[in-house]
Amino acid sequence: MADEAEFDLNSLNDEELTEQVYDDLYNGLKAEVEQATRILLKRGWGPERVLNKALVGGMQIVGIDFRDGILFVPEVLQAANAMKGGMEILRPLLAETGAEPIGKMVIGTVKGDIHDIGKNLVSMMMEGAGFEVIDLGINNPVEKYLAALEQHKPDILGMSALLTTTMPYMKVVIDEMKAKGLRDKYIVLVGGAPLNEEFGKAVGADAYCRDAGIAVETAKALIAARRTATAAAAAAAAA
Amino acid sequence: MTQDAKTRAPDARGCLVIACGALAREIVALRSANGWIHLDVQCLPAELHNYPARIPEAVREQIREARSRYDRIFVAYGDCGTGGRLDAVLAEEGVERIPGAHCYEFYAGQRTFAALGASEPGTFYVTDFLARHFDRLVIRGLGLDRFPELAATYFGNYRRLVFLAQTENAELTEMARRAAARLGLTFELQRTGYGELRTSLGAFYAQPAVCPN
Repeated sequence: MADEAEFDLNSLNDEELTEQVYDDLYNGLKAEVEQATRILLKRGWGPERVLNKALVGGMQIVGIDFRDGILFVPEVLQAANAMKGGMEILRPLLAETGAEPIGKMVIGTVKGDIHDIGKNLVSMMMEGAGFEVIDLGINNPVEKYLAALEQHKPDILGMSALLTTTMPYMKVVIDEMKAKGLRDKYIVLVGGAPLNEEFGKAVGADAYCRDAGIAVETAKALIAARRTATAAAAAAAAA
Repeated sequence: MTQDAKTRAPDARGCLVIACGALAREIVALRSANGWIHLDVQCLPAELHNYPARIPEAVREQIREARSRYDRIFVAYGDCGTGGRLDAVLAEEGVERIPGAHCYEFYAGQRTFAALGASEPGTFYVTDFLARHFDRLVIRGLGLDRFPELAATYFGNYRRLVFLAQTENAELTEMARRAAARLGLTFELQRTGYGELRTSLGAFYAQPAVCPN
């Protein structure tokens, strides 16, 4: 323990320090992750590089081991908390760079449901992947989702539910979007422990996302596909 | 044994209930109170609830393993977070289960449970089983013994704990009250008895045997 207490992150080179961030994220050591983030910035790393190479890279390992049953929820939450520490340092610096987000997402837990652990992980990983995320929190009625779509004009609407009793509310929201002629303007992603792909299709979502890592991959793929289709349609119209 | 059970179920031999371990004690109590002498109970570990995706296939395995030994099989599970996947398995196997999303709902009754949720979505429900095993399943199961700081992450949006009590047991009520205090929630007691668990099992036991031999 004495060795650990005296361990100096400054003594590591960049590669070793990045590996150490992976380990510290894995072990949920928030203070160490924050310290390493500051050190990398001080060494001239841009905030985006710190985010992608160190934090997101480390969380991907956590995500894979969670999927494979090696890590469990408490450990993942500790890791997420450690990543949050690093993100809080990077967020203002990322804003200063003026880099355009790769997309925008409105996300919230559905009406009647107060569970937000999964949703918060998705928000964090989406933000880490370069998305702007507007988090509506928990217990959201359809009106709140629609108002947020109108106000923020996102690319993606994300809905989360943990309960078998609340997950059907996703269909209420999607049906209301259809009724108002809004459905095709947005990519709709759904997630939550009791959901599955069939449910996602049945309620009319674009995709069901099993975990935060899949949500990021799916969001990127669907946005790219939509932009390609839009560009092709514009080119065809111009021809 | 009740007179109804004696007269309505003369051929109810070889009945099996495949149940969640969280219901074992209650089903055994009901069997004893109602004289369901031909009812066997086989349980899966309650910890499966931490991995709901594993429940459907675990139940299927039990059904297939038991099918040759029993005329009739019933499943004492709610949907239990399987998102309809348990029902899909049961439809394939031709076996029925207790209606309802989970044990909280079938103990309290659909209407009461819906009203509880609507009045306070941030309600954490505890049954006799969960009150008895709160430390093992909630505190240790969620890692709160190792990471007490995660309590806010897990329970920050909850406001109250409702103890859905199957029995009148002062000791369990006190354990549930302490659980509420530990999580920083208000406490409410709702005596439900065995609710739909009793009704469904009674109806299953009373059905005539499928195989006349």
